[in-house]
Amino acid sequence: MTRTRPADPSTNRSKSTGGGGGTTVMRVIVPLQGVVQGRGGLVLGSLIPCALFYFLQLYLKRHRSNPNPPTPPPSPESESEQAGQLVELPVLPRSLSRALLSPRGAGGPVYVSGRANSVLKGGESPYDVGLRKVAEDPYDELGNQNGVIQLGLDENKLSLDLVGDWLVDNAKDAILGGDELGISGIVCYQPLDGLMELKVAVAGFMSQVMGKSVFFDPSQIVLTAGATPAIEILSFCLADSGNAFLVPAPYYPGLDRDVKWRTGVEIIPVPCRSADKFNLSITALDRAFNQAKKRGLKVRGIIISNPSNPVGSLYSRESLYNLLDFAREKNIHIISNEIFSGSMHGSEEFVSMAEIVESEDLDRNRVHIVYGLSKDLSLPGFRAGAIYSYNKNVLAAAKKLTRFSSISSPSQRLLISMLSDTKFIRKFIDTSRERLRAMYLKFVTGLNQLGIECTKSNGGFSCWADMSGLIRSYSEKGEFELWDRLLNVAKLNVTPGSSCHCIEPGWFRFCFTTLTEKDIPVVMERIRKISETCKSHS
Amino acid sequence: MRLIVPLQGVVQGRGGLILGSLIPCALYYCLQLYLKRRRPSKPDPPSPSQSSSNLAELPRTLSRSSLSTRGSMGRVRISSRASWVAKPNDSPYYIGLDRASEDPYDRVDNPDGVIQLGLSENRLCLDLIEKWVSENLMESIVGTEGGDLSISGIAAYQPFDGMTELKVAMASFMSQIMGRSVSFDPSQIVLTSGATPAVEILSFCLADHGNAFLVPTPYYPGFDRDMRWRTGVELIPVHCRSTDNFTLNITVLDQAYGQARKRGVKVQGVLISNPSNPVGNLLSREMLCSLLDFAQEKNIHIISDEIFAGSMYGSEEFVSMAEIVDSEDFEKSRVHIIYGLSKDLSIPGFRVGVLYSYNESVLAAAKKLTRFSPISSLTQRLIISMLSDTRFIQEYLQINKKRVKDLYDLFVAGLQQLGINCAKSSAGLYCWADMSGLIRSYGEKGELELWDKLLNTAKINVTPGSACHCIEPGWFRCCFTTLTPEDVPVVIDRIRKVTETIKSSS
Repeated sequence: MTRTRPADPSTNRSKSTGGGGGTTVMRVIVPLQGVVQGRGGLVLGSLIPCALFYFLQLYLKRHRSNPNPPTPPPSPESESEQAGQLVELPVLPRSLSRALLSPRGAGGPVYVSGRANSVLKGGESPYDVGLRKVAEDPYDELGNQNGVIQLGLDENKLSLDLVGDWLVDNAKDAILGGDELGISGIVCYQPLDGLMELKVAVAGFMSQVMGKSVFFDPSQIVLTAGATPAIEILSFCLADSGNAFLVPAPYYPGLDRDVKWRTGVEIIPVPCRSADKFNLSITALDRAFNQAKKRGLKVRGIIISNPSNPVGSLYSRESLYNLLDFAREKNIHIISNEIFSGSMHGSEEFVSMAEIVESEDLDRNRVHIVYGLSKDLSLPGFRAGAIYSYNKNVLAAAKKLTRFSSISSPSQRLLISMLSDTKFIRKFIDTSRERLRAMYLKFVTGLNQLGIECTKSNGGFSCWADMSGLIRSYSEKGEFELWDRLLNVAKLNVTPGSSCHCIEPGWFRFCFTTLTEKDIPVVMERIRKISETCKSHS
Repeated sequence: MRLIVPLQGVVQGRGGLILGSLIPCALYYCLQLYLKRRRPSKPDPPSPSQSSSNLAELPRTLSRSSLSTRGSMGRVRISSRASWVAKPNDSPYYIGLDRASEDPYDRVDNPDGVIQLGLSENRLCLDLIEKWVSENLMESIVGTEGGDLSISGIAAYQPFDGMTELKVAMASFMSQIMGRSVSFDPSQIVLTSGATPAVEILSFCLADHGNAFLVPTPYYPGFDRDMRWRTGVELIPVHCRSTDNFTLNITVLDQAYGQARKRGVKVQGVLISNPSNPVGNLLSREMLCSLLDFAQEKNIHIISDEIFAGSMYGSEEFVSMAEIVDSEDFEKSRVHIIYGLSKDLSIPGFRVGVLYSYNESVLAAAKKLTRFSPISSLTQRLIISMLSDTRFIQEYLQINKKRVKDLYDLFVAGLQQLGINCAKSSAGLYCWADMSGLIRSYGEKGELELWDKLLNTAKINVTPGSACHCIEPGWFRCCFTTLTPEDVPVVIDRIRKVTETIKSSS
């Protein structure tokens, strides 16, 4: 009766599907007996051992030393990814036998990658459509009075004249002179993460802009070709594909691309409400974190913008402390985008995350600051951005990744001179703030006269206007209709709240720093016409 | 009673372990694999194997973190891909570059420093560039007085994929470099901050994570970073041999393709450099046609890196992939060309690269991705003027060619006196030298020993063949265009000392 011998322990451990089936005379307790006899057998008999085996595989896979980079699998957005693959499918399927048969020139079109398709599929959000319309038909006071007026781009043209004058006077010396290296200092290979002199100059400028009490260490700076790649590099470095960042919404529309496109990282919006003046509440943050965890998503950090874009509000010292506590509790990173910190027009005081971190002498390596000269120095064309991190590993990786996003040396030389010209910089900052404040007041007053209220804002190039009174249905659709009318009838390109993932419909971002003072009445007149038609309809 | 029991043997322990567990599990695993392939974008679990340095830190568990009070936490972790990138350099190529930049040779100030022969940078014509820049700088960036070029032309936002004027200027410069018969269409150009991001963007656009490119070896060591780091794409070396003067062989290419398929790896393209880096030879017209045939047959892409097309010193004629594609009726949408001004105009510091593609989807996606790799508009203005100054460009190209050739002849003759021969080459800023006679053991170990001795004893930074994935040991790439003619005897003398110690000890 060896047949009835219960399965030995080793068989048992390896989870064979067999059971001690053929018992006849004696009743022996057989492991997995039910399986063989067909009672619930299919499930128990195959699933359990297979599941175990699968875990073994997973375990092995994790521990196998992998020569390949653990880089992102396909795509940032699973939806668009699916769509991306759909695009591929209608093409003739490629099989080897086919290809071998086909003579030269008869092969079907060659495929591009799924992620390239998803980048293309990402399609045009209202934000993009608006920018394109302006590019096609830009307003000009004299040349094109019926053109589209740009209120959708965060660009400061109010003080360009100062920069222009400085360039005319100094560019040649800045680029060629003053350096013993001469020409080889600008044409030869340089460290891809930026020249040390520029790091020193940027550190000094950041201290000046963010309040004298903060000290920035040049060795913690990595320079990139604009703040956009700085954010992408941080996204690569802090999260793996499939991980997520929490981002208080409304947020800057470009962030979706910068964080998600090539990295495979997700963004989880943390809704802020008008009742709180769109300030972040830790409760909402905590809720979003827990929901993400329930969905099985690993949250690797929080990305804030301070001053906030699009709202223009500031984080108080208290809320920054809370945020840091939250990050510490969950052991996640904080990216603080402070690119507008020098563009203040309100009376409140800006507090940099750096100041908070410096004041508490612990656990700094979860904090990363993004900065750039595009906004505060009105030089977006120069493409100068910076990562300021307290984390050595992040700095090491980011430095290597700047090979893909380096700043050209002539621009670096020029910026070094410009930032070192303290007299010019002081004058520029003062004048620029003054003009910004004047423009902000005029613009907001204009909107107020039309009955449109803006949230209280202290920094940035935009105001965040509540036009929910003008939308027909209180929903994203109603907001979209109004946006469409503003763009195509009034010819104003503004950014709708939905593009910024705002949870409440009817809010719009107006960037006013590309305008001149003379343009304001034109803009207001155009809005008035729209609001009148809206009111007469309702 | 004798009952027929399924898997009876299993229970009874006869061969049971294998049959009983392996078969169902294998089936289930295949099912998983099948499901995984079908599922479009569920990301792989990142393999944390590379992050072992990080794992050494306190493991992060949630229960732990909720208990902890402010400041008592373990350190926060970075992504596993960042840990992988942040690892210290292990390739001799990068180690050598670091050494040379830490302790650079200077004839007067630091005569015992490391001489740089590892960086393909051309310093022979800096005087010409300097003269032009100092004469034309202001005009090119702020415009002539009263001109229509205002400050917003350089300070304000510009299209990330490059200004149209620069694309036009670049297209005609490329035609000039690559033979007058080829015309390049500015609308097929995407400009990037150096050729490096152009290569990476193509890798992103043509292949998905886990796909592969075939690359003839020896190849430029930087490709491993540019093509693979952030994209998750693999490079499969296709070995070329000294007996063929390291030219590509389609049969070998086909074998590599077949092997990759067998491994289940999807090959998305072939990446070639023409003129080849590090060998410096050219791909013939016939070879380019066969390559295109091959790509057509397999329905894969071709990336042709032609960044050295204007740095010719030999008598052979350079044929661009663009010329072949234009001349015959090939399916163009699989062809992509990389170019840049770092080598041919010796301005690597300006970071100007070109992605030239015949594929509309690739162009559209690449344009969007240039938001991460734009060229500063100040530099673009400068280059537009420089490239439009046809008299200067012509003069520069002529003088540069002569200087590169003279130095090449001088350098190669010096090596030959030491009994070191170089592969036959026509272009590039380097030569590919056979030092296999000097290595003690014919293997990668012997090669690295010699490299180490050259770097640390002779203080010469050269790139060993193994860094370029060369299958034969003992080959070294020596970039000579960072030298002046006076440096050449110093280099040759330093090599001689090494060869003498090797010969005397053997």
